[in-house]
Amino acid sequence: MTAEPTIKRPRIWSRLPVIHQLRQSVGLQRGMLIVGLTITGIFILTAIFAPLIAPYGFAQLQDAHGDFGAQDPPGGKHLLGTTVGGYDVLSRVIWGAQTALLAILVAVVLSVFLGIVLGVVSGYIGGWLDRVLVVIADAVYAFPTLLLAIVSAIIISQGQSNLFGGILAAGLSITVVFIPQYFRVIRAEAVRIKSEAYVESAKVVGTGVIRIMFRHVLRNATRSLPLIITLNASEAIFTLAALGFLGFGIEPNSAAEWGYDLNKSISDVTSGIWWTSIFPGMAIVLVVLGVTLVGESLNDLADPRLRTRRRAVGVTTLGTISVQGGGALDDEVVDIDELEA
Amino acid sequence: MEPVVDIRHLDISFATDAEPVVAVRDLSLSVKPGEVLAIVGESGSGKSVTAKAILGLLPETATETGIVLVGANNVVELSKKRLREIRGVDVAMVFQEPSTALNPVYTVGWQIAEGLRAHGKYTRKQARAKAIEILGKVGIPEPGERVDYYPHQFSGGQKQRAVIAMALVLEPDVIVADEPTTALDVTVQAEILDLLRRCRDEFGAAIILITHNMGVVADLADRVAVMYNGEVVEQAEVHDLFAHPREDYTKRLLAAVPKLGTAVALTRARAAGRPTVEAAPVVAAEHLVIEYAGRLGRRGFRAVDDVSFEIHAGEVLGLVGESGSGKTTIGRAIGGLTRVTGGSLKVLGQEMNGISEHRFRPLRGDIGFVFQDPASSFNPLLTIAECVAEPLVVHGRADDAAAARGRVNELLEAVQLPKSYGDRYPHELSGGQRQRASLARALALEPTLLIADEPTSALDVSVQARVLELFSELQKEFGFAALFISHDLAVVDLLADRIAVLYQGKLVEEGTGAEVLVAPKHPYTQRLLASLPVPDPVEQAIRREKLRTLQTEE
Repeated sequence: MTAEPTIKRPRIWSRLPVIHQLRQSVGLQRGMLIVGLTITGIFILTAIFAPLIAPYGFAQLQDAHGDFGAQDPPGGKHLLGTTVGGYDVLSRVIWGAQTALLAILVAVVLSVFLGIVLGVVSGYIGGWLDRVLVVIADAVYAFPTLLLAIVSAIIISQGQSNLFGGILAAGLSITVVFIPQYFRVIRAEAVRIKSEAYVESAKVVGTGVIRIMFRHVLRNATRSLPLIITLNASEAIFTLAALGFLGFGIEPNSAAEWGYDLNKSISDVTSGIWWTSIFPGMAIVLVVLGVTLVGESLNDLADPRLRTRRRAVGVTTLGTISVQGGGALDDEVVDIDELEA
Repeated sequence: MEPVVDIRHLDISFATDAEPVVAVRDLSLSVKPGEVLAIVGESGSGKSVTAKAILGLLPETATETGIVLVGANNVVELSKKRLREIRGVDVAMVFQEPSTALNPVYTVGWQIAEGLRAHGKYTRKQARAKAIEILGKVGIPEPGERVDYYPHQFSGGQKQRAVIAMALVLEPDVIVADEPTTALDVTVQAEILDLLRRCRDEFGAAIILITHNMGVVADLADRVAVMYNGEVVEQAEVHDLFAHPREDYTKRLLAAVPKLGTAVALTRARAAGRPTVEAAPVVAAEHLVIEYAGRLGRRGFRAVDDVSFEIHAGEVLGLVGESGSGKTTIGRAIGGLTRVTGGSLKVLGQEMNGISEHRFRPLRGDIGFVFQDPASSFNPLLTIAECVAEPLVVHGRADDAAAARGRVNELLEAVQLPKSYGDRYPHELSGGQRQRASLARALALEPTLLIADEPTSALDVSVQARVLELFSELQKEFGFAALFISHDLAVVDLLADRIAVLYQGKLVEEGTGAEVLVAPKHPYTQRLLASLPVPDPVEQAIRREKLRTLQTEE
């Protein structure tokens, strides 16, 4: 046992979620992931650089040459035309990305932490605490998201709608509905991991409950989180848009919001004015599609049975045997997990 | 005679996320009708992959070249439809784990009929009659009634019989049996091996037996192929192979198999070396009862029933029994993982009946625990050094894993692992290395008592031999008392000063290795010993007869 062969370990950045999956994917799955990542990337960049990209402000009605004019068709000064209220459609769509991203961040950040902590505690400790939390989670689950969002929108904004109130309303309502989702996923993992031998071995060593929960259970329970986060993100956009569409969203002078623009464009549709509804609608569809594609591909790639691999070719030309026995006689280190996967 | 299976120059490789992995290389084998060919090898040797290739069951990621002739068909090139036609009729398979090979929502009779209907026209009545007939032939009592039973209503051995019945019903020329007895207890294993022998003698089927157990090979095989690293290193007639192994690998493999009765002298030497003046025993169980609570309104399950034993300082007690005998439960109770429900269990002077976790925790530093499966007993996200340091950190001997590193390195050296392995993650170690790291972790706090629950049953024989050797060296060096739990009599014999035999929760026999293994008194111990296949075809044939007379006496 004097030889100490060094192991090739992938660099840190290639083990990060998403990037790791991108590297291991092939074919259609890789295509889906790349399309999703591209759309999502464009969305995020647009949101961050909205002030630089957008030709006008989101609430701008006139420039040095006077008013924009309502319902102007695309072309000229306004690439995508103007709305019935006299806003520039392109600017509204670009600024809307910012609002959507904020809503996603608020929703995910608020629900992730609470959901995870509750899930680990409930799953690991079990007993009556677990039962009570599960019942509450199920009850919350039964609530319609939108109804909850409307109620919280009214409570938070007190009738006056601004950027912060609107986003918080969407974010909070999603949080409330999504905490049970994180809770359930993490709890299920915790229950599974609780009976793993390494948790028992921590127990026989005399490790305290909190240390076991966070060092051994939680760190191993986060596998499916990236997936739920992406799915939640798309749901957050939907809820925000729906709130705006129903008139509980954000007023146009405090932020641009796609749902609100859609609402105002209803009457335009019948009179042949297509540009006011198509562009914000497309924005919603594209962002949700992009985020969902990322989520779905992550899901497929996480499961070795769904993951496609390159076929092995040129077997006979391979020089050496790459399989070793389970360290049998000369105790060489190998990873036969790959074979079993 | 024309061979029923003829494999020529078979290469199989698998696509993985990284490089393609070659699993089988230039393999050539043939099986004649009515012959039992055993393919022996350790994990990763490619024996199971070979078995699957014969049935065309390789996954999508596999690429194969070469010829696999089953009868007149080359399986490698057959269409899916033709493959379906020959599976079951020309070649059938018996799986390792009977409880997962049967579908739990259908009756056993239905599942046998399923195979029949796939290959011909049978009315419901005919299929049922055929199923009853075949179940009777494989030795299931009252087949007419039990044909309508669901898999969970059968015992493990009976389930494996049903799986064999499914394989036999279409009277295939070849049966591929992939570790058919690995999941079964020794006494049941003997029965299943008997049944497989009858498959050959009465049904005329050739059998390809995949196994890692040399005893099973000696018992059943006519010819043996030894595989290592995807290649056949030696092929010989069974008596030849055991008497005159040619290749080094085969010799080492045979030498690594623990044999009964070799350790008597060793035990005596150890007993002489121990101080005769005994302090209070480290573990003392008196009329110990452990029950698992039943569902509401049902009686609990009594896993351990009125068991009394003692473990003295520096002594190794081997606890032997089949699955469900309560041996693991006793180990867990001593480790404080399972509640004691009756009687008395004193661990390091502390009464365990009704103890609270809070009061027991300080004592945990004096108890080491080695788990059965080294693959799952390490947190996959911590390095080996961090895992081994855990007990030191938890008991306040070190502030964090980095501070404990010096001690961790000592421990790794004690279990013969290079220091640098501390920086690796558990999945980067082989099974044997992981189990050594597991020993290092158990010894971190220099415990006075070590509980080892089947520490070698997940390992290959050659690895097992080295881990056992290490265990006894460490025991000599550190002088801890140990409870060594195993289902394998030969393994326990090597290590234990005294052996206790458990049967259905009761302690049926206890004594030194010489007493229990050479002159067993209880009929169960006698049967257990007789069922254990020894890696010597000549001796095994004699033992088989002995077991038969033992069974007819009962």
